[in-house]
Amino acid sequence: MTSPLQQKLKITGPVVVTANRLGDGAVIYRSAAGAWTTELASAAVVSTAPAATELLAQAAADKLTAVDPYVAPVTVNPGQRVLPGNLRERIRCSGPTVALPGAS
Amino acid sequence: MYIYDDFDRTLVAERVREFRDQVRRRLSGELTEEEFKPLRLMNGVYLQLHAYMLRIAIPYGTLSSAQLRTLAHVARRYDRGYGHFTTRQNIQFNWIKLAELPDAMANLARAGLHGMQTSGNCVRNITTDQWAGVAPDEIEEARVWAELLRQHLTLHPEFSFLPRKFKIALTAAAHDRAAVKVHDIGLRMHRNGAGEVGFEVMVGGGLGRTPFIAKTIKPFLPKRDLLSYVEAIMRTYNQYGRRDNIYKARIKILVHELGAELFAQEVEAEWLAIKDGNLALDDAAVAEVASRFRYPQYAELADNPPELAKARAADQRFQIWLDNSVANHKVAGHAIVMLSLKPVGGPPGDATAAQMDAIADLADRYSHGEIRVAHEQNLVLPHVAQRDLPAVWRALDEIGVATPNVGLVSDIIACPGLDYCSLANARSIPIAEEITRRFQDLDRARGLGRLHINISGCINACGHHHVGHIGILGVEKNGEEFYQVTIGGRAGEDAELGAILGPAVPCGEIADVVEDIASAYVELRARPDELFVDTVKRVGVEPFKERVYAAR
Amino acid sequence: MPLVKAGRIIEDRFVRVLDDAPLPDGAPVLLPAARFLADARELVLRGAPTGVIWPNDRKVAELAPYLDWLALVALVFPNFRDGRAYSQARLLRERHGFRGELRATGQVLRDQFLFMLRAGFDAFEVTKDADAAVFAEALQRYSVFYQPAADDRLIARRARLFARQRPHPEERRATTRLEG
Repeated sequence: MTSPLQQKLKITGPVVVTANRLGDGAVIYRSAAGAWTTELASAAVVSTAPAATELLAQAAADKLTAVDPYVAPVTVNPGQRVLPGNLRERIRCSGPTVALPGAS
Repeated sequence: MYIYDDFDRTLVAERVREFRDQVRRRLSGELTEEEFKPLRLMNGVYLQLHAYMLRIAIPYGTLSSAQLRTLAHVARRYDRGYGHFTTRQNIQFNWIKLAELPDAMANLARAGLHGMQTSGNCVRNITTDQWAGVAPDEIEEARVWAELLRQHLTLHPEFSFLPRKFKIALTAAAHDRAAVKVHDIGLRMHRNGAGEVGFEVMVGGGLGRTPFIAKTIKPFLPKRDLLSYVEAIMRTYNQYGRRDNIYKARIKILVHELGAELFAQEVEAEWLAIKDGNLALDDAAVAEVASRFRYPQYAELADNPPELAKARAADQRFQIWLDNSVANHKVAGHAIVMLSLKPVGGPPGDATAAQMDAIADLADRYSHGEIRVAHEQNLVLPHVAQRDLPAVWRALDEIGVATPNVGLVSDIIACPGLDYCSLANARSIPIAEEITRRFQDLDRARGLGRLHINISGCINACGHHHVGHIGILGVEKNGEEFYQVTIGGRAGEDAELGAILGPAVPCGEIADVVEDIASAYVELRARPDELFVDTVKRVGVEPFKERVYAAR
Repeated sequence: MPLVKAGRIIEDRFVRVLDDAPLPDGAPVLLPAARFLADARELVLRGAPTGVIWPNDRKVAELAPYLDWLALVALVFPNFRDGRAYSQARLLRERHGFRGELRATGQVLRDQFLFMLRAGFDAFEVTKDADAAVFAEALQRYSVFYQPAADDRLIARRARLFARQRPHPEERRATTRLEG
């Protein structure tokens, strides 16, 4: 399986640009305002290859905040709610699917 | 246990200072991520799915109670209150912030702990038998040699930018509990005909995409030549290992492509030029390092003290634990105690900060202040007096590390998988948890005998699935998690790779498959005490495949 | 790309001639391996210092016949993660006894200076100006070295033996007491 970090841009549905935040490694999404957000709901969603390429290029230019940005699939439900588009992105969005040891 | 002197402490402190400066330069943009990544990897800092992960070396799996308390402190102060013990005797913290790393590392450094070379294309943590120094079947103490190698290969100017990672394991016992045959260099201590002790040197073992069992290139290497011979291997690999393709860059590929014989000749030629130089280990050099190893002053005790026999008879739970988790010690009146980090329904190999502190206290009270980390992702108290076993058991039970499943079907070895790791294709922890739930009946688990399940969430094989009695490899098919099963793998002196059982099965079925394999084993075994892995050897994969895939 | 030698940025006296161009009269020249090997005889007779750029995938043993008159060997780090030149450098210094200038070229960054020095390099075509400026500082990062290399820094083993030979004042007093 190719890591999403090596993908050629082939857009078959809505996508966002996501990365890890440099200072703490947190999952972040590129917002429409050209900033970064930890909330998927506030992420810029695009659906064409040119738009995705542009969004990715802008994101990649911000080397002081974001590490290794890439394009990730999302699904947009009828209520316009943006949800992660695969298991990996679900886990990045919501955390491990298992209880953390000693979690209080 | 090795005690740091000023030189060791200074080196680690200098390393922390250097890393602090590198982090500063990365945060300011002076260093790009491309320039910074290898530097942070060489300090054990990964960027994973959710956060940075810090991997800390536990050299040859030996920890002092003070060090374990420091790990607990780091877990609490810089992470989410727990750590994960790995298949290479390291510990991982999953939620570290880059900006706080230098402080965390400074904390660790004060206890003689560090993440140097736990990642990156350099020589990784040198691992050994978790029972080193206390196992009855040991030829002699191996950790002095591991320490000599560790120092020699730490910040080695020539070998810090290898084609790929490099893993070394050592064993000095009749039974190889360190899986040396699946390491880049495996060292096995032997006594030769003349009664001299030396090392069998094996190279090119490894798992991952192209698994190999290591080949012996030197059947008997005198101890004095250990550093020079390893240097010769490293130099050969550094120069000729492939640099064009990361999937073909390990030494196992070089050994395979050249052939073991030609590879051995290359090493020999290089070695002859250096063997009598400044790397030759004279007695003084060895004694120098050995002088900083501290060993317990064992009390003079007899085996099977009456209080032990009494407790055994009085409490069946204690007896079950004793039979499962306690091994013979080379010193009379003592025992090796295994601590299971595989609770039913819990993530394998994890310990909370509270557990670490409690175990450290127990180590001080009952184990001469020492703890070991096993590559099976359990802990060990290596110096327990037999008369203390009842008290130790009660305390371990309180802490939650006395599940009597060591070596059994629910003592699963698993990588963190897709829940944490950015390289993974599938999750491994939920699979492990479900399997432990299916086999939580201890009678049933005991009835299956020694049965090692290894789970890897991707082909990088950090869970060592190739050498599991049952190996489970997570793969991705059309966005779904599937699991490929192998059976019959072994990790010890008779190491061999498992054979594929059949087509990969979806996530929802893998626990059922494991139960079906267990049932097939019970049906096929010649006697109740024929080990699962021996049954597989005797009857082959087909009978298992028929039964498991009959209804699928 | 600044050239650093003996801890300072200096002018490179060597002229790089990477093609078939005629060699400038009397000037020290730095040549690629192919040209160097082809013209070796003329180069000796030329009377001016010669340097060779040796690729990191060729054995340095091939240079052995020339090492006593070569003024400079430049080794290559195509990117800083490719560490083959470290072995080449050590072999040149320790196996073949090369005494001329051993220069690191390619991607040469601050965080590898000390490794390079220990491997036997004494000249550095430093990739970033900022790194060249702090060269001397980078060398101070470590004072403890566990293993011998091509340099003569005191290694831990020897330092420890020295430390032992001078007994700690307390120890001396204790032994005296025991001896009565």
